[in-house]
Amino acid sequence: MQKEMEKAADTRCLLADKNALKLEVKDIHKSFGKAAKEVLGGLSFTVADGEFVSIIGPSGSGKTTLFSVIGGLENPSSGEIWMEGKETTGVRGKVAYMPQLASLLPWRTVAGNIGLSLQIAGVAKTEANKMAKEWLVRIGLASYADAYPHMLSGGMQQRVSFLRALLAPQNIMLLDEPFGALDALTRVEMQQWLLSIWEQNRRSVLLVTHSIEEALFLSDRVIVLSRSPAVVLEELEVPFNRPRSDDVWEDPRFIELKSRIYGLLRTGSDGGDKL
Amino acid sequence: MDNKRRIWSNIWPPLAVFSIILILWQTASSLGYFDHWIIPSPLAIVQEAATSWHRIGMHTMASVQLMIFGFLGGAAAGFVIAAALHLMPGVRKGFYPLLILSQNVPVIVIGPILTMLFGYTMLPRLLLVMMVCFFPVAVSTLNGLSNTDSVLRHYLQMIGIGKWKQFWQLELPHAVIHLFSGLKMAATYSVLSAVIAEWLGGTNKGLGSFMLLSLKGFMPERVFASTAIIVLISLLMAGLIAWVERMVVRWQPAAKDRR
Repeated sequence: MQKEMEKAADTRCLLADKNALKLEVKDIHKSFGKAAKEVLGGLSFTVADGEFVSIIGPSGSGKTTLFSVIGGLENPSSGEIWMEGKETTGVRGKVAYMPQLASLLPWRTVAGNIGLSLQIAGVAKTEANKMAKEWLVRIGLASYADAYPHMLSGGMQQRVSFLRALLAPQNIMLLDEPFGALDALTRVEMQQWLLSIWEQNRRSVLLVTHSIEEALFLSDRVIVLSRSPAVVLEELEVPFNRPRSDDVWEDPRFIELKSRIYGLLRTGSDGGDKL
Repeated sequence: MDNKRRIWSNIWPPLAVFSIILILWQTASSLGYFDHWIIPSPLAIVQEAATSWHRIGMHTMASVQLMIFGFLGGAAAGFVIAAALHLMPGVRKGFYPLLILSQNVPVIVIGPILTMLFGYTMLPRLLLVMMVCFFPVAVSTLNGLSNTDSVLRHYLQMIGIGKWKQFWQLELPHAVIHLFSGLKMAATYSVLSAVIAEWLGGTNKGLGSFMLLSLKGFMPERVFASTAIIVLISLLMAGLIAWVERMVVRWQPAAKDRR
């Protein structure tokens, strides 16, 4: 019975508009505990096919909770998550994920780690291993395919972690402060590297970050969150062309957007303080 | 080459100390400081071991058999029960506290009860060794299974790992190191408990009963010789487990990297 329903849903999806939104977050509220402390106060936004969207907000604005809700680990108190025109609230395994820490299994080789994640996402074993090897060559880490994660530097581990999310067939990639643990120089290198890889195959991405520059440099759209309980303060289109040049930092519009977001974050925080 | 030199530089100081102790013991013995029927000289012990090698060898084989079967049986039971309790959290709630409590029972005291229940056969001895080996393996494996890295678990759940895959791919590999620390403990315990099980009677084979027999027959050389062999077996067992661990756990950084 259930299987038939799923099948029906699948066909509907196939028939649905190909331009369906990859991710729709619909009025998500989330409270914790008996005191019902509200962390997410009615969040709504979307990510379109091939779009790179960043979420930026003051620390403690519930970004981690938001990702847990989108990933299906937590159920929202109210509201719905939709992906490709289907409701996926509370359903796990619909997202490709790159956490802040590389999270590579220490007992699997680099290629083995990528292969396992693809298998969990439903890719056949031989295909998964083939893809892993192929892409490690492309990103210049071929010689590390059979190395264990502890033999790689932090930056290299994050490259593997990103590749693992990029290759996974799920609808959308969630990047959770992926470069937060890296030093400043490595961070800039990694942003440029990520962009160069991503621009080759344009998956839908939702990135959470603390860095305004990172959000502006990478994304098509930036969503600014308020302090908890988090709501969307503003959505900004990022006007720079792709492929993005490295000197976009010096563009006056970049600086203008940056100070505008900074202002929003500050007022967002002030509002929180007054409470 | 460097590695070899490093190992050697770690080995020779204790080896030198041990040799000096042996030499002092031998000298003191030769000069007549000890009574020979209480403390025999190292040379006399080696001589006795050589002359009665046939008997000692037979007893050693019997003991080693008991240790190995007891160790393997106990470790297997410990592992299976740890995995079962881990996969059934409800059952675990009832059993785990008892498991921890029962660790405080010196299992050896159950020996006479086992003999009463199963008579003078190999079974009570084997059960005793198994029970002793069971606990460290069960408890450490269970700890390893449940204390997996929360960051890794979160990642795998986000991408939709199922319960079984999580067990095979995350929890079990993570528990392997804990399993081995339990196995090392169990290996040492197996030697100890096998000898004590033989002391408890019901057999005239095994190093334990041979020791008792030699003690009663005023043959201290044989008592010392069997003690030395037991120590040797214990070291061998520990070394063997450590070697297997190195073969299995290949993903760990080398010890010097971790420091």
